[in-house]
Amino acid sequence: MSFLEVKNLHVEVEDKKILNGLTLSVEKGQVAAIMGPNGSGKSTLAYVLAGKDNYKVTEGEVLLNGENILEMSPDERAARGIFLAFQYPVEVPGVATMTFLRTALNAQRKTRGEAEVSTPEFMKLVRDTANHLGISQEMLRRAVNVGFSGGEKKRNEILQMAVLQPELAVLDETDSGLDIDALKIVADGVNRLRSPERSMVVITHYQRLLNYIVPDVVHVLATGRVVKSGGKELALELEAKGYAQFQGEAA
Amino acid sequence: MSADVRAMKTPAEQALSSAFAATRGKLPGKGAVVALRDDAFRRFDASGLPHRRIEEWKYTDLRALIREAKPLAEPAASKGVVPDLSGVEASRIAIVNGRYEPGWSDYYSSSDPGVVLSELFAFVGEETAHGLIPGKDDIAVSLNTAFMTGGVALRIKKGARICKPIQLAHIFSGPAAATYPRCVVIVEKGAQLTLIESFDGPSGADYQVNSVLELVIGEGAQVDHIKVGRDGDAALRVSTLGVTVDAKASYRDFAFTTGGGVVRNQTFVRFVREGTEASISGATLIKGRQHVDNTLVIEHAAGGCTSRERFRSVLDGESHGIFQGKIVVEPHAQKTDAKMASHALLLSDEAEADNKPELEIFADDVQCGHGATAGALDSGLKFYLMSRGIPEKQAEALLIQAFIGQAIEEIADERIRESLMQTAVNWLGARG
Repeated sequence: MSFLEVKNLHVEVEDKKILNGLTLSVEKGQVAAIMGPNGSGKSTLAYVLAGKDNYKVTEGEVLLNGENILEMSPDERAARGIFLAFQYPVEVPGVATMTFLRTALNAQRKTRGEAEVSTPEFMKLVRDTANHLGISQEMLRRAVNVGFSGGEKKRNEILQMAVLQPELAVLDETDSGLDIDALKIVADGVNRLRSPERSMVVITHYQRLLNYIVPDVVHVLATGRVVKSGGKELALELEAKGYAQFQGEAA
Repeated sequence: MSADVRAMKTPAEQALSSAFAATRGKLPGKGAVVALRDDAFRRFDASGLPHRRIEEWKYTDLRALIREAKPLAEPAASKGVVPDLSGVEASRIAIVNGRYEPGWSDYYSSSDPGVVLSELFAFVGEETAHGLIPGKDDIAVSLNTAFMTGGVALRIKKGARICKPIQLAHIFSGPAAATYPRCVVIVEKGAQLTLIESFDGPSGADYQVNSVLELVIGEGAQVDHIKVGRDGDAALRVSTLGVTVDAKASYRDFAFTTGGGVVRNQTFVRFVREGTEASISGATLIKGRQHVDNTLVIEHAAGGCTSRERFRSVLDGESHGIFQGKIVVEPHAQKTDAKMASHALLLSDEAEADNKPELEIFADDVQCGHGATAGALDSGLKFYLMSRGIPEKQAEALLIQAFIGQAIEEIADERIRESLMQTAVNWLGARG
């Protein structure tokens, strides 16, 4: 059994069918890239995994470690190890980044029946990771993402991921809106979190990100299902030939 | 048809007339005060209780809300506890059932050479500060002037810096009745004061409070005024604050309301000389059928003053939150910088928010603006927090706390800020 198993998933958003029998397995410790054209259902898959409402699952199941997660609330899923790095991280006025991180970490630990993290331990964890990601102390004191640039918001997502230590990280177009320097910083942050205990689903439109976060497998998504799977070389092939072949195939 | 014909008096208005006739000779104060009362009552009598067809009172129709005019409150039977602000050490001046009670207070005028404290009518005997305040033509103020039962006058001497906050603790105790406390606070040139004004009373008692505070801020003075409304759930309170601000002063005002059945905080501020910076803000957290109306009239009568008006309210249940803010910039008040914002967060479908910002600008070289919003918690924000492992109720509480915290952070005094934040957190906790 794989760590994440998505079986024949059908999803509608506002009566529009987006996922059409998507089946996907991700092994423990595996980095799986999901590539596909706009509108193929990549972000929908990310949101459905994280548990956003108004995404209606009409058929299929999603198993994490053998357990169906579709009935769980987003916070329960997070406590079970799912983390979504948002394509468009939201601004949370009035909530300091440090408070946010700490509240989230302790809430997850509480749900799992673990003790709260100690202040020195927490401070060290945040400070070390923030340094690697070029996030200043001043940014940590500010409200979450408020007044942050696009690149800073993406780095903040990776900081949260590093603090929360998920077992399954879903990165939704983490490369969008980043220049090459910012992309490297973010990719370095992600690579540091690669571990045999952590699976990652890296969603991207472009192959560029995969030069920095090298996947173990690549799945191609078109019209709401996986139409091709292969090794990392598949990404290069897509870069050369484009997605047109799959869009034809799926239709 | 004549528009001048007044509708027939309501039973409450009739009761107020009889009460005035019966108590006029017994109320404290002599000579000038009696004339002041008579004049004020005539003004009240001509208009009656303010109602919804009077624009300023559109949302708080006192004629409909005051079914019965309660008798004037008697002095409290026995000494009680003066509620504080948790974690805030203050010199407390107790005003119980509309009268200064030195025996309840832990403030003594001898304790600080920079402060002169007098009972209201002892003060009025030597000076006639009344009539100074902006908003004196307001009907509620007229009613207070007619019936005022007592209070204190506080003078902070020139250059005095009062480190410990002074708290005017308004307390209601005993069977439901009406109180008309009035206080005068004069902060002289270059002086500094943090003034807390609190309103407390028992739940379940439909007592009525009509309070007035006149605040006179001298040149270069620094004044922080924090009004905390924690009245019982059946209380009706109309509190007027009238402020005149001299040159280059720093004035920060904060109205925090969680209690009361019907509350109207009306604030009239007039900047009479240039160079003052003011922040007039507030936070309201209400539920059930509570009704809280924050009404402001800010007059920039001199140029070069900066004012910021920022109000936030959290409305649960069937509560009704009102913000009416008017900024007036007089013709010669050039270089005025005034910005007003009011935000309401609705936690239930039955809650109602009304925002009415107004600008009246007669000068041409000014920066003025206003903004108002009302809405539910942002579902995208909530999902973001929950996706990080924060359970729904906790995510909501965190977002509401953040929303109201952005108003509370306007308070300069850290202990008061933390105390009120804790009150907000407790309020959210009680929401379940």
